[in-house]
Amino acid sequence: MEALDAYEQAGSDASYIAGGQSLVPALALRLQAPDVLIDIAHIPDLRGIELKGNWLRIGALTRHAEVLAHPLIRQHAPLYSDAAPHVAHPAIRNKGTLGGSIAHADPASEFPAMTLALGAELEIANRNGTRRVAADAFFVDLFQTAIEPGELLVAIHVPVVNANHRWAFHELARRRGDYALVGCGILADVIDGAIAQIRIVFFSVGNTPVRAAKAEHALIGRVIDADAIAAAQAAVIHDLDPPEDENVPPAMRRQLARVVLGRLLGDIARQAP
Amino acid sequence: MTAITALDRPNSYIGRSVPRPNAKRLLAGRGRYVTDIVLPRMLHGAYVRSPYAHARIVAINADEARAAPGVRLVAIGEDLAKLCTPWVGTMDHFKGMKSPPQLPLPIDKVVWAGQAVVAVVADTRALAEDAAELVAIEFDELPAVVDIDAARGPDAPVISPELGSNLCFHGKIDTGGVEDVFAGAAHVVEEEFLFGRHTAVTMEPRAIIADYDASEPKLTVHHATQTPYQFQDIYARHYGIPEACVRVIAPDIGGSFGMKLHMYHEDMAVVGLSIMLERPVKYVADRMESFVSDIHARDHRVRARMAADADGNILAMDVEDVTGIGAFSAYPRTSVVEGNQVYRLMGAPYTFKNYRADLQVVFQNKVQMSQYRAVGHPVACTVTERLVDMIAAKTSRDVFDIRSGNLIPDDAYPCASPTGYKFESLSHHACLAKIRALMDYDGLRAEQAALRKQGIHRGIGIASFVEITNPSPAFYGVGGVRISSQDGAIIKITPSGDVRCLISITELGQGTETIVGQIVAEHLGVDRERIKVITGDTETTPHGGATYACRGAGIGGETALQAAKKLKANVLAVAAAILQDEPDRLDMEAGWIVDAASRQQRIELAEIARIAYFRSDTLPPGTQSQLSVAHHYAPEGYPFAFTNGVQACHLELDVETGFVKLLKMWVVEDCGRVINPLLVDEQIRGGVVQGLGAAFFEECTYGDSGQLTNGSLAD
Amino acid sequence: MSDLVDVSLIVNGSEVSHRVPARTTLADFLRQTLELTGTHTGCEMGVCGACLVVLDGQVVHACLSFAVQASGSAVETVEGLTERAVIADLQEAFHQRNALQCGFCTPGMLMTAYSLLSQPGVPSREDIRDALSGNYCRCTGYEAIVDAIETTARNRAAGGDAAAREEIDA
Ligand SMILES: Cc1cc2nc3c(=O)[nH]c(=O)nc-3n(C[C@H](O)[C@H](O)[C@H](O)COP(=O)(O)OP(=O)(O)OC[C@H]3O[C@@H](n4cnc5c(N)ncnc54)[C@H](O)[C@@H]3O)c2cc1C
Ligand code: FES
Ligand code: FES
Repeated sequence: MEALDAYEQAGSDASYIAGGQSLVPALALRLQAPDVLIDIAHIPDLRGIELKGNWLRIGALTRHAEVLAHPLIRQHAPLYSDAAPHVAHPAIRNKGTLGGSIAHADPASEFPAMTLALGAELEIANRNGTRRVAADAFFVDLFQTAIEPGELLVAIHVPVVNANHRWAFHELARRRGDYALVGCGILADVIDGAIAQIRIVFFSVGNTPVRAAKAEHALIGRVIDADAIAAAQAAVIHDLDPPEDENVPPAMRRQLARVVLGRLLGDIARQAP
Repeated sequence: MTAITALDRPNSYIGRSVPRPNAKRLLAGRGRYVTDIVLPRMLHGAYVRSPYAHARIVAINADEARAAPGVRLVAIGEDLAKLCTPWVGTMDHFKGMKSPPQLPLPIDKVVWAGQAVVAVVADTRALAEDAAELVAIEFDELPAVVDIDAARGPDAPVISPELGSNLCFHGKIDTGGVEDVFAGAAHVVEEEFLFGRHTAVTMEPRAIIADYDASEPKLTVHHATQTPYQFQDIYARHYGIPEACVRVIAPDIGGSFGMKLHMYHEDMAVVGLSIMLERPVKYVADRMESFVSDIHARDHRVRARMAADADGNILAMDVEDVTGIGAFSAYPRTSVVEGNQVYRLMGAPYTFKNYRADLQVVFQNKVQMSQYRAVGHPVACTVTERLVDMIAAKTSRDVFDIRSGNLIPDDAYPCASPTGYKFESLSHHACLAKIRALMDYDGLRAEQAALRKQGIHRGIGIASFVEITNPSPAFYGVGGVRISSQDGAIIKITPSGDVRCLISITELGQGTETIVGQIVAEHLGVDRERIKVITGDTETTPHGGATYACRGAGIGGETALQAAKKLKANVLAVAAAILQDEPDRLDMEAGWIVDAASRQQRIELAEIARIAYFRSDTLPPGTQSQLSVAHHYAPEGYPFAFTNGVQACHLELDVETGFVKLLKMWVVEDCGRVINPLLVDEQIRGGVVQGLGAAFFEECTYGDSGQLTNGSLAD
Repeated sequence: MSDLVDVSLIVNGSEVSHRVPARTTLADFLRQTLELTGTHTGCEMGVCGACLVVLDGQVVHACLSFAVQASGSAVETVEGLTERAVIADLQEAFHQRNALQCGFCTPGMLMTAYSLLSQPGVPSREDIRDALSGNYCRCTGYEAIVDAIETTARNRAAGGDAAAREEIDA
């Protein structure tokens, strides 16, 4: 791809720009000052949404507004559709890209967390070819992912949901479009009424999207009833280590996470068996 | 057919919801804000700011910046100090008040994080910012004074050592007898209240273009401000330019809320930069700069007690207010006015007699604090109303009940508050009754109880308040501050019978030009479309206080009214001469001179104007038509026109998350005679929403070292 | 980023070509290079919505694009929509309802409303509030803005421009 070559030529002072909805504010604040911006918005390989067997391939350049409205995403990767109305505001959704959001990996962002909740794989290209990285290994640290300098996120591959899947999304934000104080997406595989597998992912609670492993563990094999929910809520406190924050102290975030988890599990329990 | 009301008369505009003629321009994208203005040869300024809240400036190296592309000037404190005399933000009637002298840019030390230290002027803003990044300033960090208690401690570093302490002002009010009343009271309630710092966040940031022409000499400043006359005075005095040679133009302003009427160091510097370069220099604060340099407001810690008898009748209040104002008092309106209004508005709606209060205004290493919308009112109202609710709880009385028992009776005026305010006429009880009906209070309470059983938590709150408006010279003039308490209007009839009104109050979108047009049209009996109202240019509009402290309609409107009456008398005098009639038998209506009794049309206003201007030879000898008048007005008697009202709020609390959902707000406000209900409603709605923002979302927070920690719109 | 680049695009129906520094945002390009000052900048970081424009049919923030990225695109600003008279009813409703004070946010509000009203169906007040979530107004308290947009939506649905001119204080 030309863009990869352009990066190679520009050296380390280059940056890719997709929708620009995170990058341009950072430039305006003079937080970043790359010498060269490589506009990737017109690369065809990074576009398109298509079903390939049991995987849905979503091009990195898919805009938030398309994520919101696209029937294939609604059908096969519904957590993205549920999260999309909460991502920023309409005009930002017209330009911001799914790939940009995931590559940017803001821990308060919805899409990176849903990527993890959906168990997606990220297709990354460099000048030697492409590789796929599981979401569980992708989000490394604050604004840090498995994408190495110069590499491009090409597409997001989502294992499609099936009839056994239940899912729910919720976030607590002070105002519509604000970044959430706490948010969560859950994808559960329910077999004969009991949880066979579950992925519970929180955002806005740490440096990366966070899988609540202890809460998940507390639910495996169980029917979601009041006891199970209480057990998961008790466990989730230990899954999270929110950062110190004057306005939202860690204890408050944990409490909010507990509440959100309870509500979401309640939703899932109510969904038809 | 419906009955004919006063509003059906021709040219009766007062009390009518007429839309704003000047809004059409804004809707078409043809507003002209200072940010939009481009002048020939204009340069752009940017500032290098202090990262420290308190530090000595050891050395500044700007060589690289001076050599950067497009740079025309790099200026430091000394450069501007040669041109601009220092200013001190004190007022004489705040006894003992002190504040250090200030300069556009500091010379030896910085006193808040974000203070501008070096100015860079270049061909474009981007180039100026590039060069600003090349300026190296060596600082020697000093301990920052952040906390209001630490600031007053014996070991506190003193920000301005020449003042001896960090105390700017210490005020006391004591009616006497407070101790005794508290000792004998059946109920005493007490609470500590913390009010965070807020800021105006106008959608258009601060913006200024200074254009100095040495040849005349002449200084023209395009300034996004509500008070151009005040700045004309300041620029003239501090830069030693004759006042008549200083012109300040305030075009369309993208919001102000009191924020754009203070002297900002960057703005003062821009004037000096233009003088040095003899070219126009523009400076627009970006959003980050706004947060660290626009005035903040509030920032009070109030400890207050209220005493009541066994029935819940309020007997006394005892208040201690400490407020942090930044490293100096703002200029020219000072940073004590807010605290002064806080401790004088306490308990203002209620009848009690005994009051004691202590106000300490404290310097600290933060950005300056001064007047922003509703100066002091939210603090005084919150404290008072919370204590009243606590008394209600203690005496098991309903929140309406406790208020109707304690509010000053509507027939008790004139009277004075124990804090020294004189009330001419207020209407607390009428407002209370009205809001109770409006909100269906009893219905809401019943619903609240029913929902609580289902686990739904709803809250109902009310607050009565007194509002300070229309200040007389008691506000600034007596303190030695050169801010006019008068406003002025010039009204003239053009040869074709149209009307131009130049007035000193300014338009910020609240509808100044509209209401002035309504008043003039009504009193001159002409169509509103034929009246052009002009504001905001010291070169053309008469001198006046302009718009602040709710004085636009009250003082400016009254000025326009009196001017219109004067002009009408002049018109009728000419008309009488022409018609060979008596002036008092004539009137004006729909652009005509009419018979006062029969309303029959006698002669068109345009015809009077034509004769007056072009054919004075046809008038009786000695007739000199005066179809222009200039008139000034300032309130007399009462220092302020107090108004009052009550607000009610209905909300729902999610007890698991602490999230609050606002269900409804009601406002009953006695604003006197409403000139334009559309505009009044809009002001109230806008004010309430801004207040809700402050109550729920907004606060400027500082870290321990005095850094603003949430200085962007995204925070 | 301060190198000059060629920017050619269609603005309000006319082709324009300029050489500007690469870092020039679309907002600065419109305001400074083209003197289309109806597009405002209140934050330059995508928060306030004062800079919204229509780019290839979609409302976007002019402060969050570089001018060069818009090369080859068609941009429409408040001036263009006004000239084409496609928002005349909306502007009239804003005027009658006094849905603006200082007017600084207004062009952005009109853009959001324009885009919302271009979609099929009549938006509810909730939809309107949602759509406006990225538009800050410090003066009005939003209520009148929602009213004005709602009125326009209803009038358009009722199929009458004439109805849009009904006097609210009649
Ligand atoms: C006011 C405002 C509010 C917002 N609110 C929210 C919100 O509530 N929730 C939320 O999730 N987001 C929010 N956002 C962020 C928005 O969703 C961004 O669009 C998104 O995070 C980034 O997408 P982008 O395409 O614009 O990326 P860009 O800004 O173009 O790029 C972001 C970063 O990712 C890199 N990058 C982009 N694409 C690729 C790729 N394909 N391969 C490798 N690297 C790449 C860039 O180099 C850059 O470092 C908000 C933004 C704004 C301005
Ligand atoms: S200037 Fe673009 S959103 Fe504020
Ligand atoms: S009208 Fe002033 S910001 Fe909206």
